[in-house]
Amino acid sequence: MSAVIEKHDHHHGPQKGVLRWLFTTNHKDIGTLYLWFSFLMFLTGGAMAMGIRAELFEPGLQLMDPIRYNQLVTMHGLIMIFGGVMPAFVGLANWLIPMQVGAPDMALPRMNNLSFWLLPAAFTILLSTAFMEGGMPGFGWTFYAPLSTNYPNIAYFVFAIHIMGISSIMGSINVIVTIMNMRAPGMTLMKMPLFVWSWLITAYLLIAVMPVLAGAVTMLLMDAYFGTSFFDAAGGGDPVLFQHIFWFFGHPEVYIMILPAFGITSHIISTFSRKPLFGHSSMVYAMVSIAVLSFVVWAHHMFTVGMPLAAELFFMWATMVIAIPTGVKVFNWVATIFKGSITYETPMLFAIAFVVLFTIGGFSGLMLAITPADFQYHDTYFVVAHFHYVLVPGAVFSIMAAVYYWLPKWTGNMYDEKMGKLHFWLSFIGVNVTFFPQHFVGLAGMPRRYADYALQFAEWNAVSSVGAFLFGLSQLLFLYIVVKAVFAGKKATAQVWDGARGLEWTVDSPAPYHTFEIPPKVKG
Amino acid sequence: MKKEIGLFLVFLFSVNLNADWLDVNMPLGVTDISVKVFGIHMLMFWIMVAIGAVVFGVLFYAMWRYRRSNHKNAAQFEENHKLEIAWTIVPTILLVLMALPASSLLKEMYDHEAEEGGIDIQVIGWQWKWQYKYLDERVGSKPLSFFSNLTTPQEQYEFNQATKTENYLLEVDEELVVPINTPIRFLITSNDVIHSWYMSDFAVKQDAIPGFINVAKTTINKPGIYRGNCTELCGERHAYMPIVVRAVTEEEYQNWLQDHRETAAQLAFLTEREWSQDELFAQGKEVYQTRCAACHQVNGQGIPGFYPALAGSDVVMNDKFKQIEILMEGIRGSQMQSFAEQLNEVEMAAVITFTKLSWDNNKMGSSEIVIPKDIVDYKNVDT
Repeated sequence: MSAVIEKHDHHHGPQKGVLRWLFTTNHKDIGTLYLWFSFLMFLTGGAMAMGIRAELFEPGLQLMDPIRYNQLVTMHGLIMIFGGVMPAFVGLANWLIPMQVGAPDMALPRMNNLSFWLLPAAFTILLSTAFMEGGMPGFGWTFYAPLSTNYPNIAYFVFAIHIMGISSIMGSINVIVTIMNMRAPGMTLMKMPLFVWSWLITAYLLIAVMPVLAGAVTMLLMDAYFGTSFFDAAGGGDPVLFQHIFWFFGHPEVYIMILPAFGITSHIISTFSRKPLFGHSSMVYAMVSIAVLSFVVWAHHMFTVGMPLAAELFFMWATMVIAIPTGVKVFNWVATIFKGSITYETPMLFAIAFVVLFTIGGFSGLMLAITPADFQYHDTYFVVAHFHYVLVPGAVFSIMAAVYYWLPKWTGNMYDEKMGKLHFWLSFIGVNVTFFPQHFVGLAGMPRRYADYALQFAEWNAVSSVGAFLFGLSQLLFLYIVVKAVFAGKKATAQVWDGARGLEWTVDSPAPYHTFEIPPKVKG
Repeated sequence: MKKEIGLFLVFLFSVNLNADWLDVNMPLGVTDISVKVFGIHMLMFWIMVAIGAVVFGVLFYAMWRYRRSNHKNAAQFEENHKLEIAWTIVPTILLVLMALPASSLLKEMYDHEAEEGGIDIQVIGWQWKWQYKYLDERVGSKPLSFFSNLTTPQEQYEFNQATKTENYLLEVDEELVVPINTPIRFLITSNDVIHSWYMSDFAVKQDAIPGFINVAKTTINKPGIYRGNCTELCGERHAYMPIVVRAVTEEEYQNWLQDHRETAAQLAFLTEREWSQDELFAQGKEVYQTRCAACHQVNGQGIPGFYPALAGSDVVMNDKFKQIEILMEGIRGSQMQSFAEQLNEVEMAAVITFTKLSWDNNKMGSSEIVIPKDIVDYKNVDT
């Protein structure tokens, strides 16, 4: 097969220079672009987070006024969600889905190119507000009306969100079409690797909720500039309606950022335990259940808006149900490790940290679901601690695990294992020192999105800031390790990891520019 | 060596026993509901610790026992239906056991009916202060009402120019005073954007939403001063609109009400009396610093793109009627709110006079001042 590929490469390999990246329709190139873009955004959003933590290091306003602080909080959220985590997963999808299902490329390569290049445009628009009078959006990433409708420069924000939404929808269409039509002969749906499954479900979620977000921002735009009153009580509108629409998007969005992580973790844990995943089909059913449930739990973000008792009870019970499939997943991972023959390379360390810390985030999530207690937790640092536990050592750790795991396949070189482990331990300690104390200040009553706070919260905030700087600076090490592996390192074999299973490990390392021109056969 | 360890432990404890380091849990609170909420919080916490101990226990054991150096050949098993049914059913039962007490407590918290002998207080969120209206108490023809503004001086929070005092960011000019052992209904709404009224000690958190009235009922068991915050992002001074509630005995409450009525009566007299320019300027300066400086800044320069400058403003210098109108009505679609309810006639006249005489405005424009009677006239023409 490799002979076929070499011959093909000879005809039209990658173009030279910058044009290769501008006009590429190759899923591997586009995957690389997505990943580098998301890393750039991760550093940008991370720098903002360090600005936030520097300001919160002690009570009082030291570095910035509250306007700037709110802008950083808002942009940190928007950048990390729409620029960091989501594009990283799309990048992984681009690299891996065709190779895992045995397809030569994504189904719609030109659209693939467009959906990537829309992203830098969207973020340029969003970030350009930093240089305008009135500055960046400062109303929180949740942009609750009517605070947001009276903000300067909101049109730029709305337009940027629209472009990101279009990009996401196009990316999702591409994923679904590829998976549905281009699987290798013999690969039935239930035989699909879990990362592919997780992305299939994620893509449907994206297509379902991105238009809802587009609706929300459009109504906002109309309220701000065209005299409508969707969310303005003075004109007969309803500010709570905004929150219902937003969270109808927002909750599935949360799972969009975690489902691919479930897929990644399953692959890595199975590989380094040298054992098949304990329950492949139960993992699939668990992910599908979580995705379906994500549409009926949105108002648990709104327990304090004054909903009727029946609604509060419904959303509490529905939210608690999610713990069941999530539990199934965690138990599955543990059962996969059980009686394995385990080694702890960097991807495995990140994957296990994912299981443990994501579960801790799940515990606080379950506590938050208990409505009477949520009246105390809501909009305090307890919530900040909760969602950072599921997003940072959750989603972000899974992305790092994936990069270490597949990097030898992408570059043909092994990364520096010692440095990888160092990066892991610094990140692991940094994350916990940053976010664990936030549970404490939250329970003690410190509200979130506060530029300044009362004196009794000072000690743990200082600890949290130290952790944040440790975590943030450690990511430069990650950059160094990846760049080093791109250019040098021990040559990787095709198999790379002795316990790895799946079609991507059957092609050379680095993976040739075109793979699976002739579909491989998947055995029954 | 033992001595060193001993000293080290003493050092550790002297650091750790500082009260703030131990401030790591939800307060028990001072209402029956808050105690029950604390109970369910702790119940949840211990269940999570127990589940965590089991799951992580098995995980860490397996990680250690089945490491490659200790376990060369991995077993190759998949699926075990009995086990899978068990790990679905057991969590389900646990969840039901958590949800049942939570549901009944929630029902109890949702009892919003007015009670015999109870009082109703309307809570209104403003950017960035709270207004309280005692709906059962009248002053003249209107309900007893006042605003509660942050009193922590700017020097304490900006660049640490002054040492922070004990109740930093948790102190206000006028506390909400309520009687203990009395059912109080808070009727919570907002004048501009969404705020949230959060009193941890009562386990009350309700969003203040324009166009809606949310209800929270509480009965405080212990006299004391309780402090809370706004918990919904409401703009830049979100962190600067604390809540302070003073819970007192019924007798003290009645006295406080009486004092308040008398103060209101005195105000009418002040409006009638003659005011000198210096007196107005002095009082206006005080009002400006607590009510206006947050946006328009102490130097009157505002913040470009957000808040217009008052220094050199044409309206401030030359159009006294326009300025009164803006203060009375606010500017729709901007963050300039109506101060008609927040400032009395004297304060309103004083603060306008202050802006007209400050930052060289009097040199560039007319140095005419505004007296309380001007405000009274405006109100009379308006109605």
